[in-house]
Amino acid sequence: MLKGFSGVILRVNLTKGEIQREEINEEWAKLFIGGRGYGEKIIYEEVDPAIDPLSERNKVVIATGPLGGTMAPGSGRIMVITKGALNGTIACSNAGGYFGTELKMAGYDMLILEGKANEPVYLWIDDDNIEIRSAKDIWGKTSIESDKAMRGDTHVEAKTMTIGPAGEKLSKIACVMFDDHRASGRTGVGAVVGSKNFKGIAVRGTKGVEVEDVEGFKEAVRNAYGKLSQHPVASQGLPTYGTAVLVNILNSVGSFPVRNAQEAYLPTADNISGETMVKKTLVKNKACGGCPIGCGRVTEIREGKYKGARGEGPEYETAWSLGAMCGVDDINPVTKAHYLCDEYGFDGISAGVTIACAMELYEKGYMPKEDAPFPIRFGDGDAVVELLKLMGTREGIGNLLAEGSYRLAEHYGHPELSMSVKKQEIPAYDPRGVKGIGLEYATSNRGACHVRGYTIAPEVLGTPIQVDRLAYEGKAGLTKLFQDLTAAVDASGACLFTTFGMEASNYAELLKAATGIPYDEKTLLLAGERIWNLEKLFNLKAGLTKEDDTLPKRLLEEPIKSGPSKGEVNELHKMLPEYYQLRGWDSEGSPSEDKLKELSLK
Amino acid sequence: MKVLVIDPLKCSGGKSCELACSFEKTGKFNLADSRIKIHFFPEELRFVPTVCMQCRDAYCVQVCPTAALSRDTETGVVNLDQDKCIGCKQCIVACPWGSVKLEHNGEEIIKCDDCGGDPACVKVCTSGAIEYVDADEVVLLKQRETAEKYMKFAQEMSKGVV
Repeated sequence: MLKGFSGVILRVNLTKGEIQREEINEEWAKLFIGGRGYGEKIIYEEVDPAIDPLSERNKVVIATGPLGGTMAPGSGRIMVITKGALNGTIACSNAGGYFGTELKMAGYDMLILEGKANEPVYLWIDDDNIEIRSAKDIWGKTSIESDKAMRGDTHVEAKTMTIGPAGEKLSKIACVMFDDHRASGRTGVGAVVGSKNFKGIAVRGTKGVEVEDVEGFKEAVRNAYGKLSQHPVASQGLPTYGTAVLVNILNSVGSFPVRNAQEAYLPTADNISGETMVKKTLVKNKACGGCPIGCGRVTEIREGKYKGARGEGPEYETAWSLGAMCGVDDINPVTKAHYLCDEYGFDGISAGVTIACAMELYEKGYMPKEDAPFPIRFGDGDAVVELLKLMGTREGIGNLLAEGSYRLAEHYGHPELSMSVKKQEIPAYDPRGVKGIGLEYATSNRGACHVRGYTIAPEVLGTPIQVDRLAYEGKAGLTKLFQDLTAAVDASGACLFTTFGMEASNYAELLKAATGIPYDEKTLLLAGERIWNLEKLFNLKAGLTKEDDTLPKRLLEEPIKSGPSKGEVNELHKMLPEYYQLRGWDSEGSPSEDKLKELSLK
Repeated sequence: MKVLVIDPLKCSGGKSCELACSFEKTGKFNLADSRIKIHFFPEELRFVPTVCMQCRDAYCVQVCPTAALSRDTETGVVNLDQDKCIGCKQCIVACPWGSVKLEHNGEEIIKCDDCGGDPACVKVCTSGAIEYVDADEVVLLKQRETAEKYMKFAQEMSKGVV
């Protein structure tokens, strides 16, 4: 048996109430690494891409990677893989916390949820003892209350996965929460879990994880820690200010979308920055399982009407989506709104961008005043908070907002005001001011996303090298490289943030010592490319086409009005054909036979 | 004499110490076999490490009927000799810190031995919550930390006055 893996996959059939143990397929492990890659292979083989994502036939894989549960930096990741409720693409949403480590300790690499329970249930995994339990008393509770209730019913040390009311009520922007505050946020994975009447999982494990080469693994960990400790982002920026360290950085290059991307520069952005959080709300850092970076923020609101609330966040993404994107520059309501996203179980990016969309629809008069319970205007932080509550209960306008920005904007006849790609809301980088990230948004297999290929690192942060953010040349190759490496890192079970310092060779060294599979940089990147193409194949079968590989019209055509990127648009057409070519895809974006053979996908 | 100093206010809860400890001691990753333990208080979002304090008047040593547990007077570490241990578990009952325990399959008694003077947990703790320092220095370090806060506070108070 391959080390690194626990070797067991749990298949939970909710319709029949049956649990089966299956062995890890070594061939698949070698081809797809684990985590995102292996989980997607399961979905690819077992789920018809054409089905309704909320139908009983959809499945959910909850996966760790072979580095999960070890002391490899950032090894606590857990991935939720399914056909996403938001847009029907193959969705893989990655979270931190401690659940992944604990699941591995219990002796399982991943779980497959299939079918649909008659009544709300949750799963209790205590090493070899596994029970499907009634969740009738927990259904309706927030993710944080559910975590508490499940720990109370099972074990004080249990780690949990939960959905909140958003997932229960099938919001297409619902996430899955781990250990209260870490979210598998994107692509509506929470709704798929909710559609199965599945409230969550409590897990406790004492069996442990073995690696193939103990001394080699120690050496690989030392090397990885060495790289991270020397990198300014991993060793200083993220631990000191959290991910919101990026607020001032992105704003300083005028690529910080404001008021539904009508602008890309906010003079008062510092009010919602990581630096301001340190002064106003930070209690302490928090680290996920096995993480030496500790970018998590334990915070409390110390002034104003939300005074006394305590939780985690906001992150860079939510400081932006619930802040700048809605024209709000006060950290207190933004923090409160972030807490509500965690509690209801909303993807903070999509929730904020959807509210921003509603604000523009309202201000432009496209949303009739009678549809709004109160004026929905940019800059009103309390309105953001109140709208989230309505979304969580799906009352009034909240019912429509819970469907995400695309369906909201389409409802009012202006789909172009949804800042989304493949119906998924864009994250906090304006592709008019950073060209490569536009190509990444357009080609990301789950819809607009920054963490499928974070070209911001070289384009803005200058790591590992600085490239011109406004140039188009070279961005196709850069995007492909970052996408392939990211797919491999996600599949390994390590946190993407460790790429601030660690190189492909570090992951290869760790994976090789853990599993005994002779990974090197080349095979790692090839596995990443294989994963990327597998996702693409699923999406093509799901009916997505080249037309979906695009950006919102605003980002292609409306020049940025002010700030350091004034006058810029994203000329995606200057990058996309080259990208297809480099991927070995035809002009319609379909992988060629040769490419599929090269990747052992045919 | 060096001691492990833990600071619950600094711990960020990543459990790297637990993973490193079990790997150092067993060659496997198992939180249940770690000699150091991070306790979670989810409602407060606090994490508190507990580990053997290597007590001078160690109850575990006193209660041990076979002298399997003994304190090295030079290093101050309470060592466990597995060959002498009969598994009566009275050390577990006696330890006021809960720092003597059974390994995951309930067979052997395990406890922290400071890794013979080079603790694995300290090497992976980036939050500064676990440090391995000379006992004399602990007091000085704590005093300086408090003095620094006091200095800043005094400066803040005197703004515009002095």
